[in-house]
Amino acid sequence: MVTDIGGVNDKSFNQSAWEGLKKLEGNGVTVKYLQSKSDADYIPNMNTFVKDNYDLVWGIGFLMGDQLKTVATQNPNSKFAIIDNVVDAKNVESVTFAENEGSFLAGVVAGLMTKTNKIGFVGGVDIPVIKRFDLGFEAGVKAVNPNATITKNYTGAFDKPDLGKAAAATMYNAGVDIIFHASGATGNGVFNEAKDRVKAGKKVWVIGVDKDQSLEYGDDVTLTSMVKRVDEAVIRVTKDVINGQFKGGTTQVLGLKEDGVGLPDTSKKNVPADILAKVDDYKKKIISGEIKVPTAQ
Amino acid sequence: MNFLDQFADLINITLVFATALLFGALGGIVSERSGVTNIAIEGLMTAGAFASAVATYYMEQADLSGPAPWVGLVAAAALGMVFALIHAVASITFKADQVISGVVINFLAAGFTVYLVKLLFQGAGQTETLNAVFSKWAIPGLSQIPFFGPAIFTAYPTTYIVIILVFVVYYVLFKTPFGLRLRSVGEHPSAADTAGIRVLRIRYIAVLLSGAFAGLGGATITLTTTSNFSHNSISGQGFIALAAVIFGKWNPLGALGATLFFGFAQALNNWIQLFPWSKNIPQEFLFMLPYVLTLLMLAGAVGKARMPSALGEPYDPGKR
Repeated sequence: MVTDIGGVNDKSFNQSAWEGLKKLEGNGVTVKYLQSKSDADYIPNMNTFVKDNYDLVWGIGFLMGDQLKTVATQNPNSKFAIIDNVVDAKNVESVTFAENEGSFLAGVVAGLMTKTNKIGFVGGVDIPVIKRFDLGFEAGVKAVNPNATITKNYTGAFDKPDLGKAAAATMYNAGVDIIFHASGATGNGVFNEAKDRVKAGKKVWVIGVDKDQSLEYGDDVTLTSMVKRVDEAVIRVTKDVINGQFKGGTTQVLGLKEDGVGLPDTSKKNVPADILAKVDDYKKKIISGEIKVPTAQ
Repeated sequence: MNFLDQFADLINITLVFATALLFGALGGIVSERSGVTNIAIEGLMTAGAFASAVATYYMEQADLSGPAPWVGLVAAAALGMVFALIHAVASITFKADQVISGVVINFLAAGFTVYLVKLLFQGAGQTETLNAVFSKWAIPGLSQIPFFGPAIFTAYPTTYIVIILVFVVYYVLFKTPFGLRLRSVGEHPSAADTAGIRVLRIRYIAVLLSGAFAGLGGATITLTTTSNFSHNSISGQGFIALAAVIFGKWNPLGALGATLFFGFAQALNNWIQLFPWSKNIPQEFLFMLPYVLTLLMLAGAVGKARMPSALGEPYDPGKR
């Protein structure tokens, strides 16, 4: 697998993907990663794996889409897979997540736990994947607490913590007590602002994204997180290759049913058991199709 | 919540946002007033952000969380000066093009810091999350004043430092012999040389000071906003700071006004989004707001900005 600049201990996508791959190691399966120092390394790294005859090459993350497509087109006999992006080529398996379903559950938690009935959403860039977080979260909140208002702020960037901090400060000042962020590193600013307020004795929360962010920012500010199980995704597709069932040219969307998204076990530290039970109810209803979570294209 | 409270909150957010920019702008002013173009502010801030994160982290590890962020500040100023020294040597001693040297520092700082982060933190793309970062200080007494208390007297220590620094830099530049020398070196170096002022030495001091100030600006970002250092901790603030230098007419008080204005526009942008009617405004316009307001101010209210006459010219005593 090819990582981006974050490397295999980025506490995010790359790390999760690598942990998934490592579980498959052994029994004649070898796994290896190459780290990219910049965007310019994506293609050389992928080519290295192709030349060394690896049976499957993973590109981790949305950003590698174009490069993966280039390499896949040039090497039609090799197999590729990519996370969080859809690459239209016969020898590429794409994996995306039903972020809206996981965000719905986060919305249920927020809707039941808010004391002020004001909830915030900080998004990165207004693109379909972030819209899915937004709409799913909103639907979850409204399902359990129709009176709650949701304030939304798209900062326009995934890499500007100062904007995230300013957005969070404005919301908390306006009485919001729980913010769900889907904004990458911009969210660092959201966490920083929340921590500052918690230190000053106020009770505010952040709902993390992609990974269990309570591990990074602590349980005193992190209510729960909307986790994308990149490791599960990597294991699924890689197993298909090992078993000779690689499809290619298709897109797998991993939702609650496939365990591709969800809330981490650490949620129980801050979320009372009866609320978690409700979350579980909704999860079952979404899986059974009883509840349709709105999505975005 | 009444309007006055909301306005106080807006001012408070403005100050947080403006602090890092103001540090950077002060660095730019000191350097450029001495005649050395410094577009390396971004890189110097990156160096400072990195140094403060690493220093604070190791202090935390050594169970010295109390003084940790302060040590971070000192480390940031120090590493900022080291990088500024490279700029000084290249552009003052060796008379390299100051713009090119500045660009090089920007690239060098970005690459060098990420490389070191990977080395120090087992290959990770960012430092560990810091716990011993600054919290807001409510100044006893003053913070109880209605409006001004929550707006101004409940802020990060770095904000207080930078406000004091603005007035110190202003005083030194315009009211002391050293400041007069520094400005004369930036306006007419050969005349200053004739008058017995050591042009190169003054310029070295100015550039090193600018490194220290910009480094503190970078530290402000890590210690009050991001709680860690990664390759995108500093993403453009250095260039906005440079704009504030020009916007503020190379005057510390002007830069204070410029960064506050920019910070306010940013805070306003967030504040507007609290209201449901803002949904009808295309987002792109909201993103543009701070920049459009700045442009309008620049075009309308500020008037002509005059840069130091010898800005960008290496001083060569042999040249007539």
